[in-house]
Amino acid sequence: MAVQVADQPVAEGEPEQQAFKPDLERIEIELLLEGIFRHYGFDFRAYAYASIRRRLWKRIEEEGLGNISALQERVLHEPEMMEKLLLDLSINVTAMFRDPSFYVTFREHVIPLLRTYPFIRIWHAGCSTGEEVYSMAILLREEGLYDRSRIYATDINEVVLQRAKAGIFPLERMQEYTDNYIRAGGKQSFSEYYTAKYGGALFDQSLTKNVVFSQHNLVTDRSFSEFNVILCRNVLIYFDKTLQSKVHGLFYDSLPMFGVLVLGSKETLRFMAHEDCYEQIAPPEKIFRKVK
Amino acid sequence: MKELLGSLPKKFPIPIVVVQHRGKDSEKLLAQLLQDATDLKVCDIEDKDVLCAGTVHLAPANYHVLIDSAYLSLSVEEPVRFSRPSIDVTFASAGDAYGSAAIGVVLTGANDDGARGLAHIVKRGGRALVQDPKTAEIPIMPKAAIELVPTAEVVPLKKLARRLIELSKEDAKVKAGRRTRV
Ligand SMILES: C[S@@+](CC[C@H](N)C(=O)[O-])C[C@H]1O[C@@H](n2cnc3c(N)ncnc32)[C@H](O)[C@@H]1O
Repeated sequence: MAVQVADQPVAEGEPEQQAFKPDLERIEIELLLEGIFRHYGFDFRAYAYASIRRRLWKRIEEEGLGNISALQERVLHEPEMMEKLLLDLSINVTAMFRDPSFYVTFREHVIPLLRTYPFIRIWHAGCSTGEEVYSMAILLREEGLYDRSRIYATDINEVVLQRAKAGIFPLERMQEYTDNYIRAGGKQSFSEYYTAKYGGALFDQSLTKNVVFSQHNLVTDRSFSEFNVILCRNVLIYFDKTLQSKVHGLFYDSLPMFGVLVLGSKETLRFMAHEDCYEQIAPPEKIFRKVK
Repeated sequence: MKELLGSLPKKFPIPIVVVQHRGKDSEKLLAQLLQDATDLKVCDIEDKDVLCAGTVHLAPANYHVLIDSAYLSLSVEEPVRFSRPSIDVTFASAGDAYGSAAIGVVLTGANDDGARGLAHIVKRGGRALVQDPKTAEIPIMPKAAIELVPTAEVVPLKKLARRLIELSKEDAKVKAGRRTRV
Protein backbone atom coordinates (compact mmCIF):
# COMPACT_ATOMS: atom_id res chain seq x y z
CA MET A 1 0.00 0.00 0.00
CA ALA A 2 2.35 2.61 -1.22
CA VAL A 3 1.66 6.28 -1.36
CA GLN A 4 3.12 9.20 -3.20
CA VAL A 5 3.94 7.67 -6.51
CA ALA A 6 4.66 10.53 -8.79
CA ASP A 7 4.25 9.07 -12.23
CA GLN A 8 1.21 6.94 -12.20
CA PRO A 9 -0.03 6.50 -15.76
CA VAL A 10 -3.17 8.49 -16.33
CA ALA A 11 -5.81 8.31 -19.01
CA GLU A 12 -5.98 11.93 -19.99
CA GLY A 13 -3.71 14.89 -19.94
CA GLU A 14 -0.22 15.95 -20.67
CA PRO A 15 2.57 13.84 -22.08
CA GLU A 16 3.90 11.59 -19.36
CA GLN A 17 7.58 11.97 -20.01
CA GLN A 18 7.87 15.58 -18.92
CA ALA A 19 7.58 16.44 -15.27
CA PHE A 20 4.72 18.83 -14.62
CA LYS A 21 5.91 22.33 -13.85
CA PRO A 22 2.99 24.36 -12.51
CA ASP A 23 4.91 27.63 -12.61
CA LEU A 24 5.93 27.14 -16.21
CA GLU A 25 2.38 26.26 -17.13
CA ARG A 26 1.17 29.44 -15.51
CA ILE A 27 3.61 31.43 -17.60
CA GLU A 28 2.38 29.71 -20.74
CA ILE A 29 -1.25 30.39 -19.87
CA GLU A 30 -0.59 34.01 -19.05
CA LEU A 31 1.26 34.46 -22.33
CA LEU A 32 -1.55 32.85 -24.28
CA LEU A 33 -4.22 35.01 -22.64
CA GLU A 34 -2.10 38.12 -23.18
CA GLY A 35 -1.72 37.16 -26.84
CA ILE A 36 -5.45 36.60 -27.25
CA PHE A 37 -6.19 39.95 -25.66
CA ARG A 38 -3.73 41.88 -27.79
CA HIS A 39 -4.55 40.15 -31.02
CA TYR A 40 -8.30 39.54 -30.75
CA GLY A 41 -9.38 41.92 -27.97
CA PHE A 42 -10.99 39.24 -25.78
CA ASP A 43 -9.74 39.70 -22.26
CA PHE A 44 -9.64 36.46 -20.28
CA ARG A 45 -6.62 37.47 -18.23
CA ALA A 46 -8.52 37.85 -14.97
CA TYR A 47 -10.79 34.83 -15.30
CA ALA A 48 -10.70 32.23 -12.53
CA TYR A 49 -7.55 30.23 -13.20
CA ALA A 50 -8.60 26.63 -12.52
CA SER A 51 -11.54 26.84 -14.89
CA ILE A 52 -9.59 28.58 -17.68
CA ARG A 53 -6.87 25.99 -17.34
CA ARG A 54 -9.38 23.18 -17.59
CA ARG A 55 -11.01 24.62 -20.69
CA LEU A 56 -7.66 25.24 -22.40
CA TRP A 57 -6.66 21.63 -21.82
CA LYS A 58 -9.96 20.47 -23.18
CA ARG A 59 -9.17 22.24 -26.46
CA ILE A 60 -5.56 20.97 -26.43
CA GLU A 61 -6.76 17.40 -26.08
CA GLU A 62 -9.39 17.73 -28.76
CA GLU A 63 -6.83 19.11 -31.20
CA GLY A 64 -4.27 16.48 -30.26
CA LEU A 65 -1.75 19.11 -29.18
CA GLY A 66 0.90 18.65 -26.50
CA ASN A 67 0.91 21.81 -24.41
CA ILE A 68 -0.34 25.36 -23.96
CA SER A 69 2.37 26.85 -26.12
CA ALA A 70 1.35 24.67 -29.05
CA LEU A 71 -2.20 25.91 -28.63
CA GLN A 72 -0.94 29.47 -28.57
CA GLU A 73 0.65 29.09 -31.98
CA ARG A 74 -2.58 27.78 -33.46
CA VAL A 75 -4.83 30.33 -31.80
CA LEU A 76 -2.76 33.32 -32.82
CA HIS A 77 -2.39 32.23 -36.41
CA GLU A 78 -5.80 30.69 -37.08
CA PRO A 79 -8.90 32.77 -36.37
CA GLU A 80 -11.03 29.59 -36.62
CA MET A 81 -9.12 28.17 -33.67
CA MET A 82 -9.85 31.32 -31.72
CA GLU A 83 -13.52 30.88 -32.50
CA LYS A 84 -13.48 27.35 -31.17
CA LEU A 85 -11.61 28.43 -28.09
CA LEU A 86 -14.04 31.27 -27.49
CA LEU A 87 -16.82 28.70 -27.34
CA ASP A 88 -14.78 26.63 -24.90
CA LEU A 89 -13.99 29.57 -22.66
CA SER A 90 -17.44 31.08 -22.58
CA ILE A 91 -19.31 28.33 -20.83
CA ASN A 92 -22.80 28.61 -22.24
CA VAL A 93 -24.73 26.07 -20.22
CA THR A 94 -28.13 27.49 -19.27
CA ALA A 95 -31.79 26.53 -18.79
CA MET A 96 -35.27 28.01 -18.74
CA PHE A 97 -36.58 28.91 -15.30
CA ARG A 98 -33.35 27.65 -13.73
CA ASP A 99 -33.71 27.85 -9.93
CA PRO A 100 -37.50 28.11 -9.93
CA SER A 101 -37.55 29.53 -6.41
CA PHE A 102 -35.78 32.61 -7.73
CA TYR A 103 -38.66 33.30 -10.10
CA VAL A 104 -41.21 32.83 -7.34
CA THR A 105 -39.40 35.36 -5.20
CA PHE A 106 -38.97 37.71 -8.12
CA ARG A 107 -42.72 37.65 -8.72
CA GLU A 108 -43.42 38.29 -5.07
CA HIS A 109 -40.86 40.95 -4.26
CA VAL A 110 -39.68 42.63 -7.44
CA ILE A 111 -42.76 42.69 -9.64
CA PRO A 112 -44.71 44.94 -7.21
CA LEU A 113 -41.81 47.37 -7.37
CA LEU A 114 -41.76 47.30 -11.16
CA ARG A 115 -45.48 47.95 -11.31
CA THR A 116 -44.84 51.41 -9.96
CA TYR A 117 -42.71 52.34 -13.00
CA PRO A 118 -44.23 53.58 -16.25
CA PHE A 119 -41.43 52.00 -18.21
CA ILE A 120 -39.21 49.07 -17.22
CA ARG A 121 -35.67 48.42 -18.40
CA ILE A 122 -34.02 45.08 -17.75
CA TRP A 123 -30.49 43.92 -18.57
CA HIS A 124 -29.54 40.26 -18.84
CA ALA A 125 -25.73 40.32 -18.74
CA GLY A 126 -24.25 37.05 -19.99
CA CYS A 127 -27.55 35.76 -21.37
CA SER A 128 -25.99 32.89 -23.31
CA THR A 129 -28.48 31.21 -25.66
CA GLY A 130 -31.36 33.20 -24.19
CA GLU A 131 -33.34 30.67 -22.15
CA GLU A 132 -33.25 33.02 -19.19
CA VAL A 133 -34.44 35.93 -21.33
CA TYR A 134 -37.44 34.02 -22.65
CA SER A 135 -38.24 32.96 -19.09
CA MET A 136 -38.25 36.57 -17.96
CA ALA A 137 -40.35 37.64 -20.96
CA ILE A 138 -42.93 34.99 -20.10
CA LEU A 139 -43.01 36.08 -16.48
CA LEU A 140 -43.43 39.75 -17.40
CA ARG A 141 -46.20 38.92 -19.84
CA GLU A 142 -48.06 36.90 -17.23
CA GLU A 143 -47.75 39.78 -14.82
CA GLY A 144 -49.11 42.16 -17.44
CA LEU A 145 -45.88 44.16 -17.58
CA TYR A 146 -44.33 43.00 -20.81
CA ASP A 147 -45.67 45.76 -23.00
CA ARG A 148 -44.00 48.45 -20.98
CA SER A 149 -40.73 46.56 -20.61
CA ARG A 150 -37.60 46.56 -22.66
CA ILE A 151 -35.08 43.76 -22.18
CA TYR A 152 -31.44 44.14 -23.17
CA ALA A 153 -29.82 40.74 -23.54
CA THR A 154 -26.06 40.72 -23.96
CA ASP A 155 -23.25 38.22 -24.12
CA ILE A 156 -19.60 38.19 -25.14
CA ASN A 157 -20.29 35.44 -27.62
CA GLU A 158 -21.93 36.23 -30.99
CA VAL A 159 -22.73 32.60 -31.73
CA VAL A 160 -24.94 32.13 -28.69
CA LEU A 161 -26.68 35.44 -29.34
CA GLN A 162 -27.71 34.23 -32.78
CA ARG A 163 -29.19 31.15 -31.15
CA ALA A 164 -30.96 33.32 -28.62
CA LYS A 165 -32.53 35.39 -31.37
CA ALA A 166 -33.76 32.29 -33.16
CA GLY A 167 -35.53 31.13 -30.00
CA ILE A 168 -35.41 27.45 -30.86
CA PHE A 169 -34.55 25.25 -27.92
CA PRO A 170 -34.12 21.48 -27.73
CA LEU A 171 -37.43 19.64 -27.57
CA GLU A 172 -35.99 17.04 -25.24
CA ARG A 173 -35.57 19.66 -22.53
CA MET A 174 -39.21 20.78 -22.57
CA GLN A 175 -40.23 18.34 -19.86
CA GLU A 176 -37.60 19.73 -17.51
CA TYR A 177 -38.53 23.30 -18.42
CA THR A 178 -42.20 22.59 -17.91
CA ASP A 179 -41.45 21.32 -14.41
CA ASN A 180 -39.32 24.37 -13.72
CA TYR A 181 -42.02 26.66 -15.10
CA ILE A 182 -44.67 25.20 -12.85
CA ARG A 183 -42.44 25.42 -9.80
CA ALA A 184 -41.53 28.97 -10.80
CA GLY A 185 -45.16 29.96 -10.35
CA GLY A 186 -46.11 29.87 -14.04
CA LYS A 187 -49.73 30.79 -14.63
CA GLN A 188 -50.50 29.20 -17.99
CA SER A 189 -49.77 25.96 -19.63
CA PHE A 190 -46.11 26.05 -20.65
CA SER A 191 -46.76 24.39 -24.00
CA GLU A 192 -48.70 27.47 -25.11
CA TYR A 193 -45.41 29.30 -25.49
CA TYR A 194 -43.83 27.09 -28.13
CA THR A 195 -44.55 24.96 -31.16
CA ALA A 196 -42.55 21.99 -32.35
CA LYS A 197 -40.76 23.25 -35.45
CA TYR A 198 -37.39 23.03 -37.20
CA GLY A 199 -36.55 20.00 -35.09
CA GLY A 200 -36.89 21.94 -31.86
CA ALA A 201 -39.25 23.99 -29.75
CA LEU A 202 -39.78 27.31 -31.48
CA PHE A 203 -40.79 29.95 -28.94
CA ASP A 204 -43.52 32.50 -29.51
CA GLN A 205 -41.78 35.26 -31.45
CA SER A 206 -43.83 37.97 -29.78
CA LEU A 207 -41.84 37.21 -26.63
CA THR A 208 -38.84 38.93 -28.20
CA LYS A 209 -40.76 41.92 -29.53
CA ASN A 210 -39.27 44.07 -26.77
CA VAL A 211 -35.91 42.34 -26.55
CA VAL A 212 -32.67 43.74 -27.92
CA PHE A 213 -29.87 41.20 -28.29
CA SER A 214 -26.37 42.57 -28.62
CA GLN A 215 -22.77 41.73 -28.01
CA HIS A 216 -21.27 43.25 -24.90
CA ASN A 217 -18.15 42.30 -23.00
CA LEU A 218 -18.41 42.88 -19.27
CA VAL A 219 -14.66 43.08 -18.94
CA THR A 220 -13.83 45.61 -21.62
CA ASP A 221 -17.06 47.45 -22.50
CA ARG A 222 -18.68 50.24 -20.58
CA SER A 223 -22.08 50.68 -19.09
CA PHE A 224 -24.49 51.54 -21.89
CA SER A 225 -27.57 52.69 -20.03
CA GLU A 226 -29.45 52.67 -16.75
CA PHE A 227 -31.69 49.75 -15.79
CA ASN A 228 -34.34 48.96 -13.22
CA VAL A 229 -33.13 45.38 -13.02
CA ILE A 230 -29.80 43.78 -13.91
CA LEU A 231 -29.52 40.00 -13.97
CA CYS A 232 -26.09 38.45 -14.11
CA ARG A 233 -26.38 34.85 -13.04
CA ASN A 234 -23.61 32.29 -13.25
CA VAL A 235 -21.30 34.57 -15.19
CA LEU A 236 -19.14 36.18 -12.50
CA ILE A 237 -18.25 32.75 -11.11
CA TYR A 238 -15.81 32.53 -14.02
CA PHE A 239 -14.00 35.71 -12.97
CA ASP A 240 -11.42 36.15 -10.24
CA LYS A 241 -12.31 38.34 -7.28
CA THR A 242 -10.63 41.47 -8.59
CA LEU A 243 -12.48 41.28 -11.88
CA GLN A 244 -15.74 40.52 -10.09
CA SER A 245 -15.29 43.67 -8.09
CA LYS A 246 -14.62 45.70 -11.21
CA VAL A 247 -17.74 44.39 -12.94
CA HIS A 248 -19.77 45.18 -9.84
CA GLY A 249 -18.61 48.75 -10.32
CA LEU A 250 -20.12 48.63 -13.80
CA PHE A 251 -23.42 47.28 -12.48
CA TYR A 252 -23.50 49.84 -9.72
CA ASP A 253 -23.08 52.61 -12.26
CA SER A 254 -25.88 51.16 -14.38
CA LEU A 255 -28.47 51.07 -11.60
CA PRO A 256 -30.50 53.97 -10.23
CA MET A 257 -31.27 54.15 -6.54
CA PHE A 258 -33.43 51.12 -5.59
CA GLY A 259 -32.43 49.38 -8.80
CA VAL A 260 -32.33 45.59 -8.50
CA LEU A 261 -29.31 43.34 -9.02
CA VAL A 262 -29.73 39.57 -9.39
CA LEU A 263 -26.86 37.09 -9.07
CA GLY A 264 -26.71 33.32 -9.41
CA SER A 265 -27.88 31.21 -6.49
CA LYS A 266 -24.33 30.50 -5.24
CA GLU A 267 -22.89 33.97 -5.71
CA THR A 268 -22.47 36.73 -3.15
CA LEU A 269 -21.45 40.35 -2.83
CA ARG A 270 -19.22 39.48 0.11
CA PHE A 271 -15.85 41.24 0.05
CA MET A 272 -16.90 43.32 -2.94
CA ALA A 273 -16.26 47.05 -2.72
CA HIS A 274 -19.97 47.64 -3.32
CA GLU A 275 -21.23 45.15 -0.75
CA ASP A 276 -22.57 47.87 1.53
CA CYS A 277 -24.40 49.64 -1.26
CA TYR A 278 -27.01 46.89 -1.53
CA GLU A 279 -29.50 45.14 0.67
CA GLN A 280 -30.62 41.61 -0.01
CA ILE A 281 -34.35 41.68 -0.63
CA ALA A 282 -35.46 38.17 0.22
CA PRO A 283 -32.73 35.79 1.35
CA PRO A 284 -31.68 33.19 0.41
CA GLU A 285 -32.43 34.37 -3.14
CA LYS A 286 -29.65 36.51 -4.50
CA ILE A 287 -31.79 39.54 -5.24
CA PHE A 288 -30.25 42.83 -4.11
CA ARG A 289 -31.48 46.38 -4.08
CA LYS A 290 -29.22 49.38 -4.41
CA VAL A 291 -29.66 51.50 -1.29
CA LYS A 292 -26.79 53.94 -1.57
CA MET B 1 -19.19 10.18 5.62
CA LYS B 2 -20.82 11.14 8.89
CA GLU B 3 -18.66 8.59 10.63
CA LEU B 4 -15.47 9.98 9.10
CA LEU B 5 -16.23 13.64 9.72
CA GLY B 6 -17.55 12.83 13.18
CA SER B 7 -14.19 11.38 14.17
CA LEU B 8 -12.13 14.38 13.13
CA PRO B 9 -11.24 16.95 15.80
CA LYS B 10 -12.58 20.48 15.73
CA LYS B 11 -9.06 21.78 15.14
CA PHE B 12 -8.31 19.53 12.18
CA PRO B 13 -5.80 21.69 10.30
CA ILE B 14 -6.56 20.71 6.72
CA PRO B 15 -9.50 22.31 4.92
CA ILE B 16 -11.90 19.67 3.66
CA VAL B 17 -13.93 19.82 0.49
CA VAL B 18 -16.74 17.30 0.22
CA VAL B 19 -18.17 16.44 -3.17
CA GLN B 20 -21.23 14.33 -2.96
CA HIS B 21 -23.62 13.56 -5.76
CA ARG B 22 -27.02 14.74 -4.72
CA GLY B 23 -30.39 15.70 -6.07
CA LYS B 24 -30.93 19.23 -7.33
CA ASP B 25 -33.13 20.13 -4.42
CA SER B 26 -31.50 18.44 -1.47
CA GLU B 27 -29.85 21.71 -0.49
CA LYS B 28 -29.88 22.53 3.19
CA LEU B 29 -30.58 19.04 4.43
CA LEU B 30 -27.18 17.51 3.80
CA ALA B 31 -25.28 20.34 5.49
CA GLN B 32 -27.52 20.08 8.52
CA LEU B 33 -27.17 16.33 8.64
CA LEU B 34 -23.40 16.51 8.58
CA GLN B 35 -23.25 19.42 10.98
CA ASP B 36 -25.14 17.37 13.56
CA ALA B 37 -22.51 14.66 13.27
CA THR B 38 -19.29 16.63 13.50
CA ASP B 39 -17.38 19.25 15.51
CA LEU B 40 -16.01 20.74 12.32
CA LYS B 41 -17.81 23.66 10.78
CA VAL B 42 -19.91 22.57 7.82
CA CYS B 43 -20.84 25.07 5.12
CA ASP B 44 -22.42 24.97 1.70
CA ILE B 45 -19.97 26.41 -0.78
CA GLU B 46 -20.58 29.75 -2.41
CA ASP B 47 -18.44 31.08 -5.21
CA LYS B 48 -14.93 32.26 -4.15
CA ASP B 49 -15.24 30.94 -0.61
CA VAL B 50 -11.84 30.84 1.06
CA LEU B 51 -10.61 27.41 2.16
CA CYS B 52 -10.45 27.28 5.95
CA ALA B 53 -8.95 24.91 8.48
CA GLY B 54 -11.50 23.19 10.66
CA THR B 55 -14.09 23.55 7.95
CA VAL B 56 -15.97 21.16 5.72
CA HIS B 57 -16.82 22.86 2.45
CA LEU B 58 -19.75 21.12 0.86
CA ALA B 59 -20.24 21.16 -2.93
CA PRO B 60 -23.64 22.56 -3.88
CA ALA B 61 -26.02 20.58 -6.07
CA ASN B 62 -25.64 21.28 -9.78
CA TYR B 63 -22.27 23.07 -9.71
CA HIS B 64 -18.73 21.81 -10.20
CA VAL B 65 -16.26 22.94 -7.57
CA LEU B 66 -12.78 23.96 -8.69
CA ILE B 67 -9.90 24.74 -6.37
CA ASP B 68 -8.04 27.94 -7.16
CA SER B 69 -5.14 27.97 -4.66
CA ALA B 70 -6.72 29.62 -1.62
CA TYR B 71 -10.31 29.73 -2.73
CA LEU B 72 -13.08 27.78 -4.43
CA SER B 73 -14.68 28.63 -7.75
CA LEU B 74 -17.92 27.21 -9.03
CA SER B 75 -18.81 26.26 -12.58
CA VAL B 76 -22.00 25.18 -14.32
CA GLU B 77 -20.27 23.55 -17.27
CA GLU B 78 -21.70 20.27 -18.57
CA PRO B 79 -21.84 17.30 -16.20
CA VAL B 80 -18.67 15.23 -16.42
CA ARG B 81 -19.42 11.54 -16.84
CA PHE B 82 -23.01 12.27 -15.85
CA SER B 83 -22.05 14.04 -12.65
CA ARG B 84 -22.33 17.65 -11.54
CA PRO B 85 -20.73 18.17 -9.14
CA SER B 86 -18.04 15.88 -10.47
CA ILE B 87 -15.48 14.45 -8.07
CA ASP B 88 -13.00 14.09 -10.92
CA VAL B 89 -13.16 17.82 -11.65
CA THR B 90 -12.56 18.81 -8.04
CA PHE B 91 -9.82 16.23 -7.48
CA ALA B 92 -8.00 17.27 -10.64
CA SER B 93 -8.04 20.92 -9.65
CA ALA B 94 -6.84 20.00 -6.15
CA GLY B 95 -3.91 18.12 -7.64
CA ASP B 96 -3.02 21.06 -9.83
CA ALA B 97 -3.40 23.63 -7.08
CA TYR B 98 -1.74 21.75 -4.23
CA GLY B 99 0.56 19.16 -5.77
CA SER B 100 2.05 16.95 -3.09
CA ALA B 101 -0.05 18.60 -0.37
CA ALA B 102 -3.32 17.30 -1.76
CA ILE B 103 -4.99 14.26 -0.26
CA GLY B 104 -7.83 12.64 -2.17
CA VAL B 105 -10.18 10.35 -0.29
CA VAL B 106 -12.71 8.18 -2.08
CA LEU B 107 -15.58 6.81 -0.02
CA THR B 108 -18.64 4.74 -0.79
CA GLY B 109 -20.52 5.49 -4.00
CA ALA B 110 -22.47 4.10 -6.90
CA ASN B 111 -20.36 4.94 -9.96
CA ASP B 112 -16.73 5.39 -10.93
CA ASP B 113 -16.54 9.16 -10.53
CA GLY B 114 -13.42 10.09 -8.55
CA ALA B 115 -11.08 7.44 -9.91
CA ARG B 116 -9.61 9.59 -12.70
CA GLY B 117 -9.32 12.58 -10.43
CA LEU B 118 -7.59 10.49 -7.80
CA ALA B 119 -5.10 9.32 -10.41
CA HIS B 120 -4.45 12.96 -11.25
CA ILE B 121 -3.78 13.83 -7.60
CA VAL B 122 -1.24 11.00 -7.41
CA LYS B 123 0.33 12.10 -10.67
CA ARG B 124 0.85 15.54 -9.14
CA GLY B 125 2.56 13.96 -6.13
CA GLY B 126 -0.41 13.98 -3.76
CA ARG B 127 -1.85 11.18 -1.68
CA ALA B 128 -4.66 8.79 -2.46
CA LEU B 129 -6.79 7.19 0.23
CA VAL B 130 -9.64 4.86 -0.56
CA GLN B 131 -12.18 3.45 1.81
CA ASP B 132 -11.84 -0.32 1.95
CA PRO B 133 -14.67 -1.48 -0.33
CA LYS B 134 -15.49 -4.21 2.15
CA THR B 135 -16.49 -1.51 4.62
CA ALA B 136 -18.42 0.54 2.06
CA GLU B 137 -22.17 0.58 1.75
CA ILE B 138 -21.86 0.73 -2.03
CA PRO B 139 -18.41 -0.49 -3.06
CA ILE B 140 -18.47 0.55 -6.75
CA MET B 141 -16.72 3.86 -6.31
CA PRO B 142 -13.85 2.73 -4.06
CA LYS B 143 -13.35 -0.36 -6.22
CA ALA B 144 -13.08 1.74 -9.37
CA ALA B 145 -10.60 4.02 -7.63
CA ILE B 146 -8.39 1.13 -6.52
CA GLU B 147 -8.47 -0.35 -9.97
CA LEU B 148 -7.26 2.84 -11.61
CA VAL B 149 -4.90 3.83 -8.78
CA PRO B 150 -3.47 0.53 -7.47
CA THR B 151 -1.00 2.42 -5.29
CA ALA B 152 -3.76 4.06 -3.30
CA GLU B 153 -3.80 3.37 0.40
CA VAL B 154 -6.85 1.23 1.20
CA VAL B 155 -8.20 1.98 4.66
CA PRO B 156 -11.23 0.61 6.48
CA LEU B 157 -13.81 3.25 7.29
CA LYS B 158 -13.13 3.10 11.02
CA LYS B 159 -9.46 3.89 10.54
CA LEU B 160 -9.78 6.64 7.95
CA ALA B 161 -10.09 9.49 10.42
CA ARG B 162 -7.05 8.32 12.38
CA ARG B 163 -5.04 8.05 9.19
CA LEU B 164 -6.01 11.57 8.16
CA ILE B 165 -5.02 12.94 11.53
CA GLU B 166 -1.64 11.23 11.20
CA LEU B 167 -1.17 12.71 7.76
CA SER B 168 -2.16 16.15 8.93
CA LYS B 169 0.58 15.97 11.55
CA GLU B 170 3.15 14.73 9.07
CA ASP B 171 2.82 17.71 6.82
CA ALA B 172 1.58 20.22 9.27
CA LYS B 173 3.33 22.94 7.32
CA VAL B 174 1.62 22.32 4.02
CA LYS B 175 -1.92 23.36 3.65
CA ALA B 176 -3.58 20.56 1.80
CA GLY B 177 -6.75 20.56 -0.15
CA ARG B 178 -8.56 17.38 0.58
CA ARG B 179 -11.80 16.17 -0.74
CA THR B 180 -13.90 13.27 0.17
CA ARG B 181 -16.95 11.76 -1.19
CA VAL B 182 -19.61 9.61 0.32
C1 LIG C 1 -23.05 29.81 -17.67
S1 LIG C 1 -23.65 31.04 -18.79
C2 LIG C 1 -24.93 31.78 -17.83
C3 LIG C 1 -26.23 31.87 -18.59
C4 LIG C 1 -27.42 32.38 -17.80
N1 LIG C 1 -27.20 33.70 -17.25
C5 LIG C 1 -27.81 31.40 -16.73
O1 LIG C 1 -27.57 31.65 -15.55
O2 LIG C 1 -28.34 30.36 -17.05
C6 LIG C 1 -22.33 32.20 -18.77
C7 LIG C 1 -22.37 33.18 -19.94
O3 LIG C 1 -21.50 34.30 -19.66
C8 LIG C 1 -20.93 34.72 -20.87
N2 LIG C 1 -19.72 35.49 -20.61
C9 LIG C 1 -18.52 35.05 -20.21
N3 LIG C 1 -17.64 36.07 -20.13
C10 LIG C 1 -18.33 37.20 -20.47
C11 LIG C 1 -17.96 38.56 -20.58
N4 LIG C 1 -16.73 38.97 -20.34
N5 LIG C 1 -18.91 39.44 -20.97
C12 LIG C 1 -20.18 39.03 -21.24
N6 LIG C 1 -20.57 37.74 -21.15
C13 LIG C 1 -19.65 36.83 -20.77
C14 LIG C 1 -20.67 33.42 -21.60
O4 LIG C 1 -20.53 33.63 -22.99
C15 LIG C 1 -21.88 32.58 -21.23
O5 LIG C 1 -22.87 32.65 -22.20
